[in-house]
Amino acid sequence: MTFLTSNLPIVTLLPFIGAIFAAWASSANRLASAWVAAAVTVLALVLLATAMTPIFAGETLIQSWSWIPAIGLEFAFRLDGLALLFAILILGIGLLIIIYARYYLSAKDCMGRFFAYLLMFMGSMLGIVLSENLIQLLVFWELTSLSSFLLISYWQYRKDAREGAVMALVITGGGGLALLAGVLLLGNIVGSYNLSDVLAAGDLVRSHELYLPVLILILIGVFTKSAQFPFHFWLPHAMAAPTPVSAYLHSATMVKAGIFLLARFFPVLSGTPEWSWMVGGAGLITLLLGAYMALFKHDIKGLLAYSTISHLGLITLLFGFGVQLAAVAAIFHIINHATFKASLFMVAGIIDHETGSRDMRKLNGLFKYMPHTAVLAIIASAAMAGVPLLNGFLSKEMFFEQTLMATYETPLIWIVPVLVTLAAIFAVAYSLRFIHDVFFNGEPIDLPKTPHEPPRFMKIPVDLLVLICLAVGIIPMIVVAPILAVAVAGSLQAAPPEYSLAIWHGFNLPLMMSILALVLGVVVYMFRERLFTWHERRIADLDARIIYHFIFNSITGLANGITRSFDKGSLQNAIAWIIGTAFVAGVIGFMSVSSPVLGQRELLPIDGVSMLAAVVIILASMMTVVLHQERLVAVVMVGVVGLIVALIFVKFSAPDLALTQLSVEIVTIVLLLLALYFLPQTSPKEVGRLRISRDVLISVMSGVGVMVLSMAVMTRDFVPISDFFLANAVPGGGGTNVVNVILVDFRGTDTLGEIVVLALAGLGIYALLQGLKLYAPVRDEKDLNWSEDNHPQIMQTLTRLLFPLMLMVAVFIFIRGHNLPGGGFIAGLIAAVALIVQYLANGISWTAERLKIDMHWVIGLGLLIATATGLVAMGLGYPFLTTTFTYVTWPVVGKFEVASAIAFDLGVFLVVVGATVMSLVQLGRLSDASHKQQQQQESK
Amino acid sequence: MEWLLALVIGVLTATGVYLTLRARTFPVVLGLTLLAYGVNVFLFAMGRLTIGYPAVIDPAAETYSDPLPQALVLTAIVIAFGMTAFLIVLALKARGELGNDHVDGLDLAEDELPLEKRNYTKEQKQHSKLIQQESKE
Amino acid sequence: MHLAAWPVFLPLIAGFIVLFAKAKGLLWQRVINLLAVSGLIILSVALIKESSSGAHQVYLLGNWVAPFGIVLVLDQLSALMVAITSVLALAALAYAIATDTDANGAHFHVMFLILLFGLNGAFLTGDLFNLFVFFEVLLLASYGLLLHGGGRLRTKAGLHYVIINMVGATLFLFAVGALYGILGTLNIADMAAKVAVLPEQDSALVAAAGLLLLVVFGIKAALFPLYLWMPIAYSNTAAPVAALFAIMTKVGLYAIIRVHGTIFGDDAGSLANYYMPWLLGLGLLTLMLAAFAVMASTKLREQVAYLVLASVAILLIAVGLNNLLALSASLYYIIHSTLIAGGLFLLADIISRGRGSFEDRFETGYAMPGAILIGAMFMFGAVAITGIPPLSGFFGKVLILSASLDHEWSGLVLGVVLVASFLMIITMARTGSLLFYNVLPASETDTTSADNDASSEAPNRISVIAVISLFAMSPLMVLFAQPITAFTESAAKQQLDSKRYIESVLSKQAVEAGKE
Repeated sequence: MTFLTSNLPIVTLLPFIGAIFAAWASSANRLASAWVAAAVTVLALVLLATAMTPIFAGETLIQSWSWIPAIGLEFAFRLDGLALLFAILILGIGLLIIIYARYYLSAKDCMGRFFAYLLMFMGSMLGIVLSENLIQLLVFWELTSLSSFLLISYWQYRKDAREGAVMALVITGGGGLALLAGVLLLGNIVGSYNLSDVLAAGDLVRSHELYLPVLILILIGVFTKSAQFPFHFWLPHAMAAPTPVSAYLHSATMVKAGIFLLARFFPVLSGTPEWSWMVGGAGLITLLLGAYMALFKHDIKGLLAYSTISHLGLITLLFGFGVQLAAVAAIFHIINHATFKASLFMVAGIIDHETGSRDMRKLNGLFKYMPHTAVLAIIASAAMAGVPLLNGFLSKEMFFEQTLMATYETPLIWIVPVLVTLAAIFAVAYSLRFIHDVFFNGEPIDLPKTPHEPPRFMKIPVDLLVLICLAVGIIPMIVVAPILAVAVAGSLQAAPPEYSLAIWHGFNLPLMMSILALVLGVVVYMFRERLFTWHERRIADLDARIIYHFIFNSITGLANGITRSFDKGSLQNAIAWIIGTAFVAGVIGFMSVSSPVLGQRELLPIDGVSMLAAVVIILASMMTVVLHQERLVAVVMVGVVGLIVALIFVKFSAPDLALTQLSVEIVTIVLLLLALYFLPQTSPKEVGRLRISRDVLISVMSGVGVMVLSMAVMTRDFVPISDFFLANAVPGGGGTNVVNVILVDFRGTDTLGEIVVLALAGLGIYALLQGLKLYAPVRDEKDLNWSEDNHPQIMQTLTRLLFPLMLMVAVFIFIRGHNLPGGGFIAGLIAAVALIVQYLANGISWTAERLKIDMHWVIGLGLLIATATGLVAMGLGYPFLTTTFTYVTWPVVGKFEVASAIAFDLGVFLVVVGATVMSLVQLGRLSDASHKQQQQQESK
Repeated sequence: MEWLLALVIGVLTATGVYLTLRARTFPVVLGLTLLAYGVNVFLFAMGRLTIGYPAVIDPAAETYSDPLPQALVLTAIVIAFGMTAFLIVLALKARGELGNDHVDGLDLAEDELPLEKRNYTKEQKQHSKLIQQESKE
Repeated sequence: MHLAAWPVFLPLIAGFIVLFAKAKGLLWQRVINLLAVSGLIILSVALIKESSSGAHQVYLLGNWVAPFGIVLVLDQLSALMVAITSVLALAALAYAIATDTDANGAHFHVMFLILLFGLNGAFLTGDLFNLFVFFEVLLLASYGLLLHGGGRLRTKAGLHYVIINMVGATLFLFAVGALYGILGTLNIADMAAKVAVLPEQDSALVAAAGLLLLVVFGIKAALFPLYLWMPIAYSNTAAPVAALFAIMTKVGLYAIIRVHGTIFGDDAGSLANYYMPWLLGLGLLTLMLAAFAVMASTKLREQVAYLVLASVAILLIAVGLNNLLALSASLYYIIHSTLIAGGLFLLADIISRGRGSFEDRFETGYAMPGAILIGAMFMFGAVAITGIPPLSGFFGKVLILSASLDHEWSGLVLGVVLVASFLMIITMARTGSLLFYNVLPASETDTTSADNDASSEAPNRISVIAVISLFAMSPLMVLFAQPITAFTESAAKQQLDSKRYIESVLSKQAVEAGKE
């Protein structure tokens, strides 16, 4: 039967699916979502029942599917006694809560959201208890944190709800991360994330060097979830949630998740002193703290919250003893606490609902208004106090017994039973207060509503739970023994030890402790007024929450400090970091391997001319720096530098580079001058010697670094791949100018990218300048007027004459490019300059009239041609950009070669012309526009 | 000779870096231009230095200078040109948007004064009014 | 078979077609762009299938054999990157069109397509200098896109971005030059082959050049202390652009995996993986700083930018762990973080439009239109990016962490990653509660709320769909974790086996009768 082999995942995922339906149903009808929720829960229970029988026979059901093999994550589920017990609690109490909530929620609360969240939470809890794979368990663990966040913040308009929710998420979510680390380490030790393997590997784990870190990390997860000291403080703040939520989260589910994990890992982690001290210690402190604080809370939910904390501490302490019988008691108390605490929370909800207040200083003498509820409350809180004939009594007896047992082994901790009894006294006291203060003790004091019994269905869940309390208390063997037995077996992974659930063990020490607790509890309650005043004066202000906020704020402060001090939003800062890092990286690289800096290649002799050139270029670049505040001068200096660079290329036999460098130089300078017109003519004096010296340091370092680097390379010999190019240029590329052949053929794709860059630059500039208006000065900084005559006559005529000539030069350079220095790029720049000169000399409008070409088209056409040559090759079955050529013989011209690369070069040519002209013309237009704008403003 | 060229490269880089670290857009542009020169010469030098070798294939010659770095430098020059052009215009755009030519758009001491207090020329004032309106919109 | 070439040239061709369509108006440009991007998605499916064979598909551009010509190399890693890019691009484009972002400024679509040209080229090229060229292409396109629409802060951000990247380009040239000067080649495979037999006296130089190159890629990948360009750029540009930029940081990361992973792989003798500790250490530092910055953010977009930084840091850590599992995990995480980050940037924009005059500042504002839907989406995104179960972020993190357990720094890695994610979880809980729970009642101040409503926009259908479709990848990645991790693992295997890469690149023959 496929169904029976996959019912566990179905049970787990059912609530999640139900959540969607619940949310959707509410749009149809408020109550529909409640019905959906209830139906889903019942269905899940039924499905669970189908798997129940083998469990009671002592088997363990495991259903798994492969998920991420790389990390041993499986989609795996496990049902054993322990899981079954928790699943029943989760679903059973969940069902009661749903019924209860349907009447609790007021008309203005969105039912759909509530039940959707509730079902999500239910599903996550089921996932935790039913997971076989630990990582999967972790997934559901964090899901409970998330869904509880949503539930607690359900009344989002309330500040306390929002803050309580965030706090709960921070603590439990954080704990989840610690748990993740712990589980990862654990899985790494065991070699598998599957519980079956982990549970079997107890000895291995306990003896492993990483045992302590694993234990600590997992315990952080447990303690945060189960509100153990010092993480207990989130729980009272979670009381801002609607009461059904509190009833669910803090009786049977959320806080029990941590406890569940203690029970789960009991066979793996327990039995060491570390375990006993940490788990036991935390449990004991929590037990006392909670019991004490509970007495002093005037809010009934606050009282219940702290009593929950205290009872969780009790259970934790039991596990801390690390002996099997203690575990039995712990699991037994889990059941009992779930029942009576759930009912008490619901009672609190009823009271809140029907009186409009939860303040025990106002709530008095409600017995006569709501006797039925009162009776329920009395029984439940009696169970909480550990009164005989109720379930609380039995587990408490076992608990006392265990504390005494512990002392037999190590007499040192005789203190434990004493403290435990003290806690029990307070437990009695606060339970008494819950009953006496609320239902008796005079008349109610100005309540918002006149109290009365709630609707019947709000009480029925409580009735049931209280019945269970009684039944377990009186006839435990019948009611609870079987499930307890399998649960214990599941937790211990062994046959449960001998224990008796009898009500009467004779007059033994535990009984004495109970009686003592009951009596002294009553006494304490009598003297409460004095205690209250003392508490208010001394203790009330001490709260772990203050520490939480302190830590929270200091972390935030730290974060702000660090962030702002590194990320100043300053460009100079960023660049300094980058260049500094680059320098350091280079140095580290050199250091990382021990090899000589320089090689043995023999060097060329220095001649006078190059010496001179070097001196000039160095001086020029220095001058650029020194005079950079005088911007015009600086530009001129840069121009000089560029010229010398061109000369360097000439010197070392690279004419193409020289030509390119020169033509680029010209256009760049024109651009700079055009731009300078719109910018301040000088840079202001710089402030801060420190920054300047820092920058000098950085630049000198990088200068030296680069110098060393280049020397290091130039003094070494190497075998470049270039011979191939020299060999194949003519036979393969059909050109004697190897550089050009490389550009248009061997590495044509580089050139394609290069012209795309250029094209984009043009288009980008065009886009940038759209709608930009700049202040165009009529006078320069020295307050001399710029020339009014924009287009001097001589220049116009001259340029118009020059124009065809320059174009011819361009064509010439282009044609010879493939075989002699030149090529599309240089030709393009020359043509561009020719055009720009026209614009400069004759004005935009004049030229635009005569030159009716949209440069966008020129650019596009260039790209098209360049790419097309590549595509043609593809069409012919060759790779992209495969070139071919042939020799044709014309009369006069003679034999010459036509390479498809020429077409590619034509594309280059067009793009260069288009982009360059477009950029400069746009700038020109800008100045025109700005001028016009100025004139308009003048005229105004 | 190598030392001389290395020195030149070093100086170009150093001066370029220094100017790139300035606070105003225009010097930064100049700085990046110098840096580009520096790195181009460096890239070129990576093919080792050769004097008086033929640039194009001719049967007479037996050795050539390494053509590949030359091709790379050519590409590099072009790309640097495109980038620089874009940056120059961007600098103008920044002046327009931010009202000054500081790389972080920080106002000058003078610009921090209320408009009427500044000793600006008339058109300057009109312009900065305009900017303020635009930045409001 | 030209399959490897198309992802590069399709966007280029579409790019200049759009340029011609400029006169025809925006509609045409949109249609062409959409067609091109959808074409890319179909292509990338084919690429994934093709590459799954596990063999490198080498494409000789110009029919010149490596190392002399430029080659495109298609393997699982590059196919994956192309696929991610295409998906992200489609969502970003849809959003841009839906919100008319492309209308306020010229040439949006050209830039967009050329950016894809540059990206795919960078992912596929097997030549270091060609990689430089494609970097420049995608950078210039990204400048245009970043500045698209203009505005005070955006221009400033653009200025920083451009200048920093120009410095980066210069460094790149220094590094490539030095490498060529020693190894005498530009082809990555050939370089790797040469480094493997590198004489001792030259290795220091190569090491220096390699680290210089690491700095260059580190700038792109937003590695501490080089990431300062990133938050300001991402938080000030138009939403669809920011979304598309989610891939930009990954380009740097990809380059590290590809170039350094191949050249300085296990066979690199004395230089084998010598850069890894730096990557790991700086990655950890970056993650910590990113987490703090997430806490310190004052605007949602800024916060998202830093969240993305954090996810990149986790990736750097994963790569720095330097083992098969970690690399595979990082590939899984790349898919997740890129798509989710993209979605978050779009969502942040929707929120900021919805909050009207409050924009995305962390101040108590009015409830935004469609708050429930957007709030749910926000929670979804936050859960995914901060790595909380049950979404892909968590599984990616677990994959990486479990790969770190046997590393000697495992304790540190575990601690930093978990503490950082803790800080981010806290912060996102605070953010969500502020934006969606803690709202001013509109009734309180009717006049202001009225004009506030006037300025606040309801989310437009398509833009919401764009976000959801990106977010939907997260649960899908969880459901189909098995096949995906299987793919990433074999991709990682393929990448780590640099011998085969070298062999298949250098042994590729030209198409016969290619010449003469």
